[in-house]
Amino acid sequence: MKKFVIIFFFLIISNLTSISSFSAEKAAKPMSPGWSFKGFFGTFDRASLQRGYQVYTEVCASCHSMKHLSYRNLSQPGGPEFSKEQVKIIASQFEVRDGPNDDGEMFDRPARPSDNFVSPYANDKEATAANGGAYPPDMSVLVKARKGGADYIYSLLLGYDEPPEGISLDDGVYYNKYMAGNKIKMSNPLSEGIVEYADGTKASEEQMAKDVTTFLSWAAEPHLEERHKIGFRAIIYLIIITILVYFSMKKIWSRVESEV
Amino acid sequence: MSDHEYTPSSKFGKWFNDRLPLLTLGKHLTDYPTPKNLNYWWTFGGILTFCLITQIVTGLILAMHYVAHADLAFGSVEHIMRNVNYGWLIRYVHANGASMFFLAVYIHIFRSLYYGSYKSPREIIWILGMIIYILMMAAAFMGYVLPWGQMSFWGATVITNLFSAIPLVGESIVTWLWGGYSVDNPTLTRFFSLHYLIPFLILGLVVLHIWALHVPGNNNPIGIDLKKPSKDTVPFHPYIVIKDLFALLIFLIVFAFFVFYSPNILGHADNYIEANPMVTPAHIVPEWYLLPFYAILRSVPDKLLGVIAMFGALFILVILPWLDTSKTRSAIFRPLYKQFYWFLVADVLILGYVGAMPAEGIYLLVARVATAYYFAHFLIILPILSRKEKVLDVPLSITEPVLGGAVSASAVRQKKDKL
Amino acid sequence: MSEKKVKRREFIFTATYAVGAVGVGATIWPLIDQMNPDASVKALASTEVDISNVEKGQSITVLWRGKPVFIRRRTEEEIAKARDVNLDELKHPEKDEDRAKDPEWLVMLGVCTHLGCVPLGDKGEYDGWFCPCHGSHYDTSGRIRKGPAPTNMEVPKYEFVNSNIIKIG
Repeated sequence: MKKFVIIFFFLIISNLTSISSFSAEKAAKPMSPGWSFKGFFGTFDRASLQRGYQVYTEVCASCHSMKHLSYRNLSQPGGPEFSKEQVKIIASQFEVRDGPNDDGEMFDRPARPSDNFVSPYANDKEATAANGGAYPPDMSVLVKARKGGADYIYSLLLGYDEPPEGISLDDGVYYNKYMAGNKIKMSNPLSEGIVEYADGTKASEEQMAKDVTTFLSWAAEPHLEERHKIGFRAIIYLIIITILVYFSMKKIWSRVESEV
Repeated sequence: MSDHEYTPSSKFGKWFNDRLPLLTLGKHLTDYPTPKNLNYWWTFGGILTFCLITQIVTGLILAMHYVAHADLAFGSVEHIMRNVNYGWLIRYVHANGASMFFLAVYIHIFRSLYYGSYKSPREIIWILGMIIYILMMAAAFMGYVLPWGQMSFWGATVITNLFSAIPLVGESIVTWLWGGYSVDNPTLTRFFSLHYLIPFLILGLVVLHIWALHVPGNNNPIGIDLKKPSKDTVPFHPYIVIKDLFALLIFLIVFAFFVFYSPNILGHADNYIEANPMVTPAHIVPEWYLLPFYAILRSVPDKLLGVIAMFGALFILVILPWLDTSKTRSAIFRPLYKQFYWFLVADVLILGYVGAMPAEGIYLLVARVATAYYFAHFLIILPILSRKEKVLDVPLSITEPVLGGAVSASAVRQKKDKL
Repeated sequence: MSEKKVKRREFIFTATYAVGAVGVGATIWPLIDQMNPDASVKALASTEVDISNVEKGQSITVLWRGKPVFIRRRTEEEIAKARDVNLDELKHPEKDEDRAKDPEWLVMLGVCTHLGCVPLGDKGEYDGWFCPCHGSHYDTSGRIRKGPAPTNMEVPKYEFVNSNIIKIG
């Protein structure tokens, strides 16, 4: 009986992911292009992050905000690591509302690195109204807010297809294999060559999807590299101290005749 | 405290101790005679103390940066994750710490069930423990509301709506809990206040829990009363301290793995979407540690009865010492109880599993059977076993076991040591 | 028990204590560091101030990093007074030339170095500033001349973006 319970317990553990991923609506299982930031020593691919920022800012940012990020984040360690000068130039291309000035008036000024990313719409209602009633979600933590994470976002971007026989779509609704229910209100955002990469990488749909997903993964978890690094050290340390304590314990318990 | 008088060696120590006997307390704690055959299942008391302290310390820090306001809470959590020095680390320790806390408390409770630690003379320890457990669930639930994500909001809505099942005054109570006509800013701020308070109540109860433990002393795997101090016992320090520390470090390795390599695996993706009172997530589930009770709630088709069943499942644990009246404590000497114990473990795991599944079809059926079995275990099986079960011979002491019938592996090993 | 055995026992305990202490220290550091200014606070570096409307002998006060900054357009007389001081007389000797890059403009944190109050302008025995909290007198260069404050008022990092705009920080 005990063994049965233990086996059952591990069955549940191994099913943990499928427990919470339950969905009544059908959707294809997301694909993974292989991410450099997974695993014990995972780090982001800087070049991919920089290209991904380009895709975000030239394509996604026309509808999707990213309000929890600041321009300064683009130069922080573990991110795209643009230089401070590059970030100043990037930021200055956006206008932010500031004020009131000494005359009590609000005014627009070029953004500074310390400013948060400028949102494409003034508020959620405007964003919803401008997009046919579907709110384009804020992308700051989007990767963590979707079951399947980076794989799901990547797959969704490449999952547009002609609807199969027998599925009719309303105006402004598109067919996507990976979306729950297969219906999505965002039109296919990527097409070959829609951006021109500064580093000469060919802007295929797969490449752009991978780059922008890498960028979004960093945006959702900007301290991932630091976390992996500290984590590795912490676990090595814990193993060493555990071994030391184990031998200390053996020593101490050797004074009484008993098992430990 | 039953210890013999303790006199500090230094003059100042004596002067101080005469006025506030802290040194006597310290001496009591270090010398506290502990059964020397305690196995690793007994180390979870120390681990739980560590978990509580960790949650309080990290929680205090998070409260320095968190903003309890419906419009700002979500953003302030992101601020902690992005800007505050090591904020991401402290938040992930706190969030995963809650899960680790419950993991440890479940092991602690099931250890108690296996070895009969709730039986006379330890009923008060058990009841205090159950109150701590219930307060832990309240604290965890309110803490989960604070990031003000979708699961926070809808979890709060669903759980507070449980009280609407109360006849006549239910609706008024829910409105009172909310401070409005829905879960909103007043609900968030009061949950923050209570989430801050409860850990200190738990801390106080933990002191009582340990105090009550130190009156009769620890139970032990064989479940017999020991003469203290004797050759069956060792002083708490250094023997038990070092052993608890070793177990704690193993526990920390698991903890660190969650914090550093899969910090969000125990959470729900929807909680990274800011709360929206207009849209309910497709599938609302509580955190894993509440799933068995959630399954019980949903398995009853009537609203009021479902709520009663859920709270009943907790209350029944409180009165356990009077449901299981068998004089033999340890399951090692209760062959039938041992079988039913593992059935109960399986039953609770099944309840947890179906609690995460949609309440329909086969899952609902399984949940109903498992719920019925849960109550049957405590209300029917245990009282009958207490009377009818033929127990094995129990040794008279740890060092001189009297062996008869089937024996556990550890008892055999001890016999070998003896020879 | 042989002597060797005793030594080994001591070694394992010492090693455990030492390694444990390192771990405790490493754990405590994040708990302390979290109270230091966070990344968003550190990023709020600079303020730009328009000084085109400030007349000679006038001061403006602007807020920078949550503290007042005095920007004074000094008169010839004030400049002369500030420069004509024997450094030996000063409690905290600093040349006025080092404090005001452009002698006409004095930019400094308007915070008394005693306990942090904001001094009043055009007051005190040295015609500079006077702190009402505990009676510190500052001269026209913002240097401490009398009273309990230990040092001169601090000059922040600043630069002239052009003749009308000062960037502080």
